[in-house]
Amino acid sequence: MPEAITEHYNYWLVIFLLMAGLFVTITSGNLVKKIVGLNVFQTAVFLFYISLAKLEGGTAPILTGEPERFSNPLPHVLILTAIVVGVATTALGLALVVRIRETYGSIEEAGLQEADRQDELRAAAEQGR
Amino acid sequence: MAFLDHVAILQVAVPLLAAPLCVMLPGRHLPWALTLAVSWFTLVCSIVLLAEVSAGGSIAYHLGNWPPPIGIEYRVDAINALVLLVVSGISAVALPYARRSVEHEIEPDRHGLFYTAYLLCLTGLLGVTITGDAFNIFVFLEISSLSTYVLVAAGARLDRRALSAAYTYLVLGTVGATFFVLGVGLLYMVTGTLNIADLAERLPPLAESRVVQAAFAFVVAGMGLKLAMFPLHTWLPNAYAYAPSLVTVFLAATATKVSVYVLLRFVYTVFGHEFAFIEPVLAWLVLPLAVIAMLAGSVVAIHQDNLKRMFAWSSIAQIGYMMLGLALASASGLTATVLHLFNHALMKGALFMALGGVMLRIGAVSLASVRGLASEMPWTFAALVIGGLSLIGVPGTVGFVSKWYLILAAIEKGWWLLALLIVAASLLAVIYVWKLVEAAYLQPAPQDRERVRDMPPDMLIPLWVLALANIWFGIDAGLTTSVAGTVVNAFLGGGS
Repeated sequence: MPEAITEHYNYWLVIFLLMAGLFVTITSGNLVKKIVGLNVFQTAVFLFYISLAKLEGGTAPILTGEPERFSNPLPHVLILTAIVVGVATTALGLALVVRIRETYGSIEEAGLQEADRQDELRAAAEQGR
Repeated sequence: MAFLDHVAILQVAVPLLAAPLCVMLPGRHLPWALTLAVSWFTLVCSIVLLAEVSAGGSIAYHLGNWPPPIGIEYRVDAINALVLLVVSGISAVALPYARRSVEHEIEPDRHGLFYTAYLLCLTGLLGVTITGDAFNIFVFLEISSLSTYVLVAAGARLDRRALSAAYTYLVLGTVGATFFVLGVGLLYMVTGTLNIADLAERLPPLAESRVVQAAFAFVVAGMGLKLAMFPLHTWLPNAYAYAPSLVTVFLAATATKVSVYVLLRFVYTVFGHEFAFIEPVLAWLVLPLAVIAMLAGSVVAIHQDNLKRMFAWSSIAQIGYMMLGLALASASGLTATVLHLFNHALMKGALFMALGGVMLRIGAVSLASVRGLASEMPWTFAALVIGGLSLIGVPGTVGFVSKWYLILAAIEKGWWLLALLIVAASLLAVIYVWKLVEAAYLQPAPQDRERVRDMPPDMLIPLWVLALANIWFGIDAGLTTSVAGTVVNAFLGGGS
């Protein structure tokens, strides 16, 4: 069993980061920390793609004619795209947090839910008139 | 002809290129006109594509002329041609309606940006549907999702809760998409390909592999989040309720349908439903969840006061119907799913358009605010009633056709209880539609409310196009059922 861990330690790292990121995203009550959790979660997937492309002793895939071992370049390219997506998501998420801070005056989930509930009650009261 | 050869790519490239153009257009009318033109163009493209593949063939388009395993391939067959038609058709009908609605709900200096986000969303949804490359699905999915979050948040001018709804959607949507891409990564790991047709060929011998099974789990969970499969639906009600009217019309009619399509594609084309480990997942996980969604979504909808949220919950129930057909994995069940994908877009498009009209005139869409409104806005509410009847599944409307096939599928399996539950869920729909009808038609208008006029004709005509489509395709279901038949043959027949 130890070999299963030492030989594939990168995958164990990925699993740990995935779980840690998801845990923070779900449990944290702070909207910025949720975005950070989301970031860790996404980064774990980047790491996963990069690890599956890596060959032991593999080099960059440049054809030199000599028999060589190459790392698979495709996952790297895919992850470049995924990183861009991740950056865009983070930027948009943080922009939303700024707007939420401006309108609600809070970036805690609890405060937000309370404010939403108050809005609901106020709307109901207005219609009840 | 050059145009016909490149229809598949133009479908996606034109809205994508129009988006940055739209940012630069000044004023309010030019961005709208450009979006309208692009939407109609995509509709023409999808009609051309559907006409070519409805007989059962498929179109393959190689991007940049690179052959598939290396390059990205766009592949159109009956199912995605139908979904393309839904997406571009709803967009083409909704845009004439959009002008006034958006002028009323969006800050005047932000129209260019709003329509840019809309165009990107359209690009993403069309791209997800048309592409034949698993990673490409993820990229387009994120293009559409990111612009959707922006569009939902644009509702903040009327109700600040749009912001928290958009944030929740962003977090859950990103988790869903990341699960999906993880699943795709696992598939790439064992097969070395991202092309959907290649995957379908290489996966059957690997059915016992734990990696493939994990990939399936990630794809189902990820797409389940995106399509709001119960219990992963929590982002949906508020996102639909507080988004601007146009956005709700477009999203409710198209976004979840596209995710349902991706799930169909993965379950039936990429993996193949006869994989030993997929059948129990469908029967013991997806099916019970679908039934719960059907019933719980309808029950919660009954208790909603905000009408947009009421129909958002009803959407969760309707997605339950689609998942039920998918899980039954029989010809009638799949026919029901494919039909409902199309039909539900028509109903929800009409319903949310009518509510958008109420929003324009009254500024609120609660049960209390529509009291007595039917006599002042007769055309709007007549269309609303047609949409409601279709939602219930009254014969003569599209809702009846898809529910008919669904009940047929349940009876074929001998599951009478399931057939009864489907009918029960429809009866629950009667209750919430009736609550709306009662408020609008039977209750007197409040004294302090000013009398209002019906919607202007440029909003009424698109609404009635959809309302009449509900009846047209309910009576003459020939076109939709023949396409659904082709789809089902491809899914259950020769394909592995």
